Amino acid sequence: MHSFDVLVIGGGHAGVEAACAAARMGARTALVSFDLDAIGAMSCNPAIGGLGKGHLVREVDALDGVIGRAADAGAIHYRMLNRSKGSAVWGPRVQADRVRFKAAVQAIVRAQPGLTLVQGEAAALRLEGGRVTGLELAEGTVLSASRVVLCTGTFLGGVLFRGEERFDGGRIGENAAKRLAAQLRGAELPMARLKTGTPPRLDGRTIDWAVLEEQPSDDEAWTMSPLTSARVNPQVFCAITRTTQAGHDAIRANLHRSPLFSGAIAAAGPRYCPSIEDKIHRFGDREGHQVFLEPEGLDTPMVYPNGISTSLPVDVQETVVRTMPGCERVQIVQPGYAVEYDHIDPRALTPDLQVRAIPGLYCAGQINGTTGYEEAAAQGLVAGLEAAAAALGKRGPALDRANAYIAVMVDDLTLQGVSEPYRMLTARAEYRLRLRANNAATRLTGLGVEAGCIGEERRLWWERREDLRKMFHVKHSQMVHARELADHGLPVRRDHGEKPISEWLRYDGVTPDSLSPWLADVTACDPVLAEEMAEDAAYAPYLARQDAELRDLRASEALSLASDFPYAEVPGLSNEMVERLSKAAPGTLAAAGRVPGVTPAALSALLVHARRRQLERQRAS
Amino acid sequence: MPETPTIFALSSGAPPAGVGVIRVSGPGARDALLALAGRVPEPRRASLASLRDGSGALLDTALVLWFPGPNTATGEDLAELHCHGGRAVIAAVENALTQLPGLRRAEPGEFTRRAFANGRIDLAEAEGLGDLLTAETELQRAAALANAGGALSRQVEGWRERLLGLSAEVEGVLDFSDEEDSAALPECFTWNISALAEELGEWLVRPRSDRLGEGFRVVLAGPPNAGKSTLFNALVESEAAITSPIAGTTRDVIERAVAIGGVPFTFVDTAGLRDEDVADAIEAIGIDRARTALGSADVVLWLGPEGEGPIGAWEIVAQADRPNFIAKHSARFTVSAVTGEGLGALKEALVGAAREALPKPGEAALNARQHARLSEAAEALEAARLLSDPLLVAEELRRARVAFDRLIGRATTEDMLDTLFGRFCIGK
Ligand SMILES: Cc1cc2nc3c(=O)[nH]c(=O)nc-3n(C[C@H](O)[C@H](O)[C@H](O)COP(=O)(O)OP(=O)(O)OC[C@H]3O[C@@H](n4cnc5c(N)ncnc54)[C@H](O)[C@@H]3O)c2cc1C
Ligand SMILES: Nc1nc2c(ncn2[C@@H]2O[C@H](COP(=O)(O)OP(=O)(O)OP(=O)(O)O)[C@@H](O)[C@H]2O)c(=O)[nH]1
Ligand SMILES: [Mg+2]
Repeated sequence: MHSFDVLVIGGGHAGVEAACAAARMGARTALVSFDLDAIGAMSCNPAIGGLGKGHLVREVDALDGVIGRAADAGAIHYRMLNRSKGSAVWGPRVQADRVRFKAAVQAIVRAQPGLTLVQGEAAALRLEGGRVTGLELAEGTVLSASRVVLCTGTFLGGVLFRGEERFDGGRIGENAAKRLAAQLRGAELPMARLKTGTPPRLDGRTIDWAVLEEQPSDDEAWTMSPLTSARVNPQVFCAITRTTQAGHDAIRANLHRSPLFSGAIAAAGPRYCPSIEDKIHRFGDREGHQVFLEPEGLDTPMVYPNGISTSLPVDVQETVVRTMPGCERVQIVQPGYAVEYDHIDPRALTPDLQVRAIPGLYCAGQINGTTGYEEAAAQGLVAGLEAAAAALGKRGPALDRANAYIAVMVDDLTLQGVSEPYRMLTARAEYRLRLRANNAATRLTGLGVEAGCIGEERRLWWERREDLRKMFHVKHSQMVHARELADHGLPVRRDHGEKPISEWLRYDGVTPDSLSPWLADVTACDPVLAEEMAEDAAYAPYLARQDAELRDLRASEALSLASDFPYAEVPGLSNEMVERLSKAAPGTLAAAGRVPGVTPAALSALLVHARRRQLERQRAS
Repeated sequence: MPETPTIFALSSGAPPAGVGVIRVSGPGARDALLALAGRVPEPRRASLASLRDGSGALLDTALVLWFPGPNTATGEDLAELHCHGGRAVIAAVENALTQLPGLRRAEPGEFTRRAFANGRIDLAEAEGLGDLLTAETELQRAAALANAGGALSRQVEGWRERLLGLSAEVEGVLDFSDEEDSAALPECFTWNISALAEELGEWLVRPRSDRLGEGFRVVLAGPPNAGKSTLFNALVESEAAITSPIAGTTRDVIERAVAIGGVPFTFVDTAGLRDEDVADAIEAIGIDRARTALGSADVVLWLGPEGEGPIGAWEIVAQADRPNFIAKHSARFTVSAVTGEGLGALKEALVGAAREALPKPGEAALNARQHARLSEAAEALEAARLLSDPLLVAEELRRARVAFDRLIGRATTEDMLDTLFGRFCIGK
């Protein structure tokens, strides 16, 4: 009998982060997966980051996670999306070499002290008195642990669709784990079905790159993780092509053969990542849709055409891609397909991603109805940290909507559930001016150090950075007169008096660079930090205004609602509202306000009754 | 949980009246019906019943109604007794109710508080009902009724809807910039923000409902012995102020709230204005106060020499019955408080002016809190209009949304995402 503190099932992005995070917390951890060589495999597009998603990567990295460093190790193309907008919505994104990324993940996993890798199929959970006590592998071995984290992706009832064809399984070439699935179904967890799709993979040697618009890698030096000192791989370019009228016609003529339209797939797919047949069907009037041709690696000719995920039959896929400029003679290496799968209604989880009905069992990743590597990784991190903290009697880092996208996602999932695969968007974060991708370390690494999940290397890096931040604060509070600025050619009126540097940074045309006479020495120490501090100063008035709002929020967070709060007893709540609230089981009144469909009137009723119960309990004790 | 007390109150106008409706709300409402009417009628159906007290004495023959909770006005069990509206009958029925265990008379506003606490009405509606209870004049009542009926909530919902649409457009630009669909904000975007801001502006300049509580302020001013206090007494129809032929009789500011033609007024009598070195110390303070009162006036009735009153004051010729009265070229009104001459016309004109300055009957009006929230929203929209960074535009729009949400008491970003995805073709 092998005994651990935390068991993690599944070696995908969620599982890797969960296992490493738990081990970093000091928990004796095992990672169980079908195939140890497949750990860190990127199932689909080898791109990491993007709008909203880049924030998640930086945050996971700030808590010493794996994905940021591995992305840098595999990166063959860097692009800062949204560069023209405010920095809070910049989206760092890399195109990674699939092989190099996977190798980097595996190297980090294998080097992680306290983490044991176990190859095998998790066949069944062991339960005692409703609590998790361990796991049984298919070949009979039993592993014991009080905390088990499920990161098994789309393995639950996965069915693949391509035209009229059907296959069983998660991804092409992988088995669906039937026994575990049956057990979870038996436990009567609320489940629902979603679908997602992938485009055909192209042979880059058959693309006429010369006629296409190139998109080069950023020529700056930024990396996903600050611990990566420099970009390591040669950088390749992507190219842009478009779908055409002829292609649209072919799609329209064959819509009835797509499982999405024939009725074979009923589950909801992501609105923000629709299949090409969806795009044509819903927005058919458009001239053509942009398609990014993204190389999958340095040593492979495979190209990922981003923007044409499809489940049309192979012959139609071929016709469609060949109508795109530059792709007239392109060869499909692997056709696209759609997957329909079961996921757990994440409202069945508490904010630490634990299954409310089965104490000790945690779920993270696609199994919770999300899509994307970054979303999976971020949840894996939370579940791993919380499971380890619970096993060891510690506390995980205090994440909330005002300090982390990670918490925004977990809060959204556990309160609102999902009606389509959940993907991070900056629009989901109400305090996004303070949640920037470039200040993740400032926001979170300190919390990580406190919780005990930060390794030596990052801790030292962070301590140096904190010292530097103090120096920046000193520099930013220097008083400088408008005259001096004007003398240096800055666009300020000479009669604007004397102000600290931090206030001058709010003026149009006053950039950190233009203030170099006052900041040069510190900026030279850390230009990235210099930029972050300058943005802090520029956004300060907005952040100050949000503080008042946050105080309001904290006040309604102080009013807690028990997970068995008797919503049905609150007069005035409709049955529908009672059901929504009971399902989501919001932990606080603030959370209840975020449960969809809860009206202002209902909220006031809840407030009054929660207060009343609180008072009575106080009186009783 | 200790039993919630059951409350009752006369919910129609003060007796005597045609009918007196007594409402009973709370867990004991059903028992109260049983006790008085001897039975509980079918829900939501009026039926005739004899009301008797504990000793079996007949109190009245009344229409009784039974509304089981929670789908009632208060969210609780509710009974209504439509009695004959005579004072004695009402008093007798109320007395019988007081005798029942667990029943007590409702405190002012308690029905509303319960409706709000039980999720029957939102914040703005609750405020409207609160105002309704304290409404004393017809105008106050009409305005409160409009708010309680949800007119303001509906208006805010409408604005919020439009704001969500605008937010969705900016979010599209921020989160999907790589999509050709949503690369830039449409040209009409700023225009739409302005249009919305303008609408809020129209509400903000409207008379506020708390003005109804204070009433329209009419300040009487002029030199000593001009007849201010006498006219004041005539206008408020009581001997509130002392009058005498001695110059400097009135030394302090005297206020009286009255309703004329259903419109709330506050009349203010002041000390006669004269050179401060002639006046004694106390009178000097009074004169000072009189000057302050002039500043807060909606209308000043000027009883002094023509042209010497504050700008915009109404020139009044008082004591018109006296043979030696001094006429004015631009006299608005010539009145005599003694004979009543000209008083009717003056009052009529005051009512007209007040109706202009106070919320229109039936039109929802903002109270101070709502006004503050709405100003915040308007301010954020104005800022959004002037900004070019879509990120900051989005932040200002969010601030406006938060202000709306606080106005009616709600919060969520999910609605906005729905609007966002319903409108655009968005890929990744
Ligand atoms: C067709 C398709 C296309 C996609 N395209 C993209 C894309 O372009 N970009 C993007 O960001 N995301 C994409 N996604 C989503 C992304 O792949 C997932 O959201 C993400 O990988 C989920 O990570 P995970 O760790 O939850 O699960 P997975 O990465 O699926 O990992 C699950 C792991 O668990 C193992 N496992 C399962 N059951 C057992 C068991 N019983 N015992 C032992 N091991 C087990 C599996 O072998 C696997 O290693 C796509 C998904 C699919 C299905
Ligand atoms: N005949 C007649 N006498 C009036 C009229 N109005 C006021 N008087 C008399 O004029 C005198 C002064 O009137 P007040 O109303 O006290 O004058 P006031 O302006 O308040 O004076 P101060 O308070 O001293 O500033 C009193 O003796 C009143 O009776 C009027 O309309 N007709
Ligand atoms: Mg007087």
